[in-house]
Amino acid sequence: MKDMIEDRAGATDRPLLTVEGLAKYYGGRIGCEEVSFDLYPGEVMGIVGESGSGKTTLLNCLAGHLAADTGRVLFDRAGQMVDTVTMSEPERRMLGRTDWAFVHQHAHEGLRMNVSAGGNVGERLMGLGARHYGDIRAKAEDWLGRVEIAADRMDDRPTAFSGGMRQRLQIARNLVTGPRLVFMDEPTGGLDVSVQARLLDLLRGLVREMGLSAIIVTHDLAVVRLLADRLMVMKSGHVVETGLTDQVLDDPQHAYTQLLVSSVLQV
Amino acid sequence: MTDAMISVENVTKTFTLHNQGGTVIPVMEGASLAVAPGECVALVGASGAGKSTLMRMIYGNYLAASGRILVDGTDVATAEPREILALRRAVLGYVSQFLRVVPRVPTLEVVAEPLLSVGLPREVAQERARTLLTRLNIPERLWGLSPTTFSGGEQQRVNIARGFARQYPALLLDEPTASLDAVNREEVLQLIEEAKARGAAIVGIFHDQPARDRVCDREVDVTGFTPARVA
Repeated sequence: MKDMIEDRAGATDRPLLTVEGLAKYYGGRIGCEEVSFDLYPGEVMGIVGESGSGKTTLLNCLAGHLAADTGRVLFDRAGQMVDTVTMSEPERRMLGRTDWAFVHQHAHEGLRMNVSAGGNVGERLMGLGARHYGDIRAKAEDWLGRVEIAADRMDDRPTAFSGGMRQRLQIARNLVTGPRLVFMDEPTGGLDVSVQARLLDLLRGLVREMGLSAIIVTHDLAVVRLLADRLMVMKSGHVVETGLTDQVLDDPQHAYTQLLVSSVLQV
Repeated sequence: MTDAMISVENVTKTFTLHNQGGTVIPVMEGASLAVAPGECVALVGASGAGKSTLMRMIYGNYLAASGRILVDGTDVATAEPREILALRRAVLGYVSQFLRVVPRVPTLEVVAEPLLSVGLPREVAQERARTLLTRLNIPERLWGLSPTTFSGGEQQRVNIARGFARQYPALLLDEPTASLDAVNREEVLQLIEEAKARGAAIVGIFHDQPARDRVCDREVDVTGFTPARVA
């Protein structure tokens, strides 16, 4: 049986993303500081910490939504590590439409609320040059199906969708172009727990099938336990602990992580 | 003992409770053991002696303070997360006492998942899952349901099926026969014997003495690893 198994880790000897000494300051205050890590293809990393710990600032700096003050964010493009902090704005935008995707906490920030669901998915394809209406519509329908939105809702606008559906639509819109790296900001925040479970299951399946790498910011430790391979714990703009997800959650080393883990209410 | 699949060398473990006055609890010192392919070693010792702690350290779930933990050549005590995950996918299986799954995933998928994660075709993975679920007497009508609503014994059997889905060269078993009836206990013991026969190195915790006597080649008493000032 072992012969049939291709070891996924074997092919991932080079990082997809390398972050070196990243920092962002808001005047005299620290947004995030001294952040360095490597992310490998197929790896899902969770960033956890309480509100104000700098996790969303970090995510926005990584994704190029905020300009970092120091440091480098190197991304593998065809075997070349390119610095996305210093690249030109058009190049970065192109990256955002091709290899990168960003799932916002509030779906309306990542969707066009006055365009149909199918149009929302199709727009990203058109941004990459797709022009054939039938193809675009077929692909949009396929993706709506994958995120469990019925085909007969394709022409409805997201304003007519529930929160969970909007979030699933946003995910379809982001993944339709086959990105290699997805940034997610609290993807299950504000959804009720049964909807969360469905979304988590969906995300897990998509990440595995597409071999996606992802960076997920959340304050929900249950979410990272199920989705993330490894964790980065942030406090006051600094990374205080990193490691394998289950190890960080079950045997936390830093005082803040211990507090975070022990503060979770058991049901 | 260079041919050991699992080798624990002089491992130390302490828990530091930063939020409870910085209390430092040394729980293990000088822990060493080696398991060869085809061998099953039982960890024994009173409750709280550190059997589960040692097993969790071998799995990479707990961080060792010092020492080496080699599983198929990878030092779990110092490996990067992705190296440990690769090891868990390809080499090291673990049957814990608790099943932890996404609430919506059907039982068949839960059991097939370790096979899917290493890229096996869905049909092959599901066939293997069906075989195991049948052997462990989980009725077919439950296979499409999430195991989260199952009884304790059923959940444990799903967990065992999942743990034995891959033919791991190294396997950790935490009380695999606890709370099973005689028929299912026999199936699990046979699964363990089959794993040994194909050369798996196994570390197990068994409170079930007859089961331990049947499948384990020797015992390691973890009380011997308890730091002196705690004992």
